Amino acid sequence: MSGLSLDRYLPRESPIHALDARVKFVVTIAFILAVSLLPVGSFAAIGIAWGAVAILSGTAKLGPFRPARNAFFALPFVLAALPLVFTRPGEELLTLPFGLFTLRATLEGLIAFLTIALKSWVAVQAALLLAYTTPFHDLIDALRALRVPGIFVTTVSFMYRYLAVLSDEASRMLRARAARSGSRGGRSGGTLRWRATVAGRIVGALFIRAYERSERVYQAMLARGFEGTIRPRTARALHRAEWAALAIAVLLLAAFETAAQLWIPAA
Amino acid sequence: MFPVPFLLHAPDGFFSVPVSVAFWIVTAAVLGIAVRQANRTLDERAIPTLGVLAAFIFAAQMVNFQVAGGTSGHLLGGVLAAVLLGPWAGSIVMACVIAVQALVFQDGGLVVMGANIFNMGIIGTLGGYALYRAIAGLGRGWRWQLVAAGVAAWFAVEAAAIVTSFQLALSDTSPLNVALPAMAGVHALIGLGEAAITVAALAFIAAVRPDLLQARERAIATGQAAPAGGIWAALRSGPAWLAAGIVVSALVVVILAPFASSHPDGLERVAIDKGFEAVAKANPYEILPDYTIPGLDGTASTIVSGLIGVVIVLAVALGIARIIAARRAARLEQRKEAPAAT
Repeated sequence: MSGLSLDRYLPRESPIHALDARVKFVVTIAFILAVSLLPVGSFAAIGIAWGAVAILSGTAKLGPFRPARNAFFALPFVLAALPLVFTRPGEELLTLPFGLFTLRATLEGLIAFLTIALKSWVAVQAALLLAYTTPFHDLIDALRALRVPGIFVTTVSFMYRYLAVLSDEASRMLRARAARSGSRGGRSGGTLRWRATVAGRIVGALFIRAYERSERVYQAMLARGFEGTIRPRTARALHRAEWAALAIAVLLLAAFETAAQLWIPAA
Repeated sequence: MFPVPFLLHAPDGFFSVPVSVAFWIVTAAVLGIAVRQANRTLDERAIPTLGVLAAFIFAAQMVNFQVAGGTSGHLLGGVLAAVLLGPWAGSIVMACVIAVQALVFQDGGLVVMGANIFNMGIIGTLGGYALYRAIAGLGRGWRWQLVAAGVAAWFAVEAAAIVTSFQLALSDTSPLNVALPAMAGVHALIGLGEAAITVAALAFIAAVRPDLLQARERAIATGQAAPAGGIWAALRSGPAWLAAGIVVSALVVVILAPFASSHPDGLERVAIDKGFEAVAKANPYEILPDYTIPGLDGTASTIVSGLIGVVIVLAVALGIARIIAARRAARLEQRKEAPAAT
């Protein structure tokens, strides 16, 4: 019924899935940080980092290339880095005359652009792998264990619970609008101002429905014995093996980063 | 399927680590204050309300209207959230929306999330609300409040785009002389859609359920209280919010000044580019490059200055965290003593 695929979680029986969400979250952040810190042109190091994601994805029984295939949706933002190809000074690759001005693409610019695009692609894959292998409620518990303030943790967990409900509500309203708005050849009727007002009223109606729903949710919570505080599941202490896994992963990332900064050749 | 309406959800890798960390610190500090304010003013009834309304903002971002040539207008929702919930609760809701978009949908990165929350959450809710109150105080009546909200919504989107282009430039991801006009230009148009939806949504809610508005807006919308117009009223109602806006921007400047001073402007860099001079840029990801302390030289100075900065900022952040923790503990004690008073 929901047009929104709400969860990227893919259940499998694998050591990656079984690993504690806290460990996975911290290692993912450390990994993205390490990738972000790689020097410009260190394509070998970015390749190694991508290899690590592929191996972990394979271990998680998701297929090594699933994150790579599904990480392209972040691509539009690459536009933001594209001008670098033409503005970074360096060895001239090609010249595009546009009459009034000329664009000069440089090798240095191309390397800088590719570094940013590939780093981002690998980082998105790491975040995807975390989402594929960790149910969101485990991630919420991990955030709580990592001392994220309680108001954020409860808001995020309630938000996640009602995301599909309100998204469905919104798409029903949009469908109702589409059903009542005659259009010809893909052109919408009415003036621009009228269309904007209708969209705004849909948002306003959505707010009222959401607010009324939150009141009912609160009444239901009271009826079930809510006393004003959410009692979280008490987090168990990490096992020794989990601490070891965390330490090894972070040390490996530190060694990788050091090697990348010092020895791995950059283009 | 959900649209990405604004080119503001930066993925990881587009902001350099120093810029990401600096904005995480600013965002954490501001959200720390927001948590303190929210804990003071909200009761436990707000626990489900904030969550459901965060889901509302997420769903509201799906609502679009056709403009022309296949483009459509969308909502980001910062100013709407701030006017409907109050700026502090609004900033918490927006932060949660951006966090869920990053964690569940990978729409926006994790290391860069501090900057994304700052751009789309804090600028819109705190900065936008400050502007809304300042403009709202200048006129009378509900219609003028709507005008103020619309203007604030447009400026919030535009400010977010401008700050994003500066972050891209400081990160060496995009030269400022390309990023700034492109981002500011595109979002000047998109901001009109944001303003239109914000105004129409507020007008609709005021007509149908004025009781759901904040006390101040409810009084004006139902004609119970017409605020005194004029510049003095604006100064009376606005200063706290303007001060908050100034403090936040001062914080950004103080933290980013070291990067900015040592990074030649994008404009300057292109000027150099024209002459094909090789710019000595050893390592763009060096932390606090060229930032020196008198009496020390070279790398030692850079590291010491960096560390001093980090220590100061950490001390501030920890201080705020301690205050929140103490208040939270006190509140919990109160609840235990008087459960009937909830």
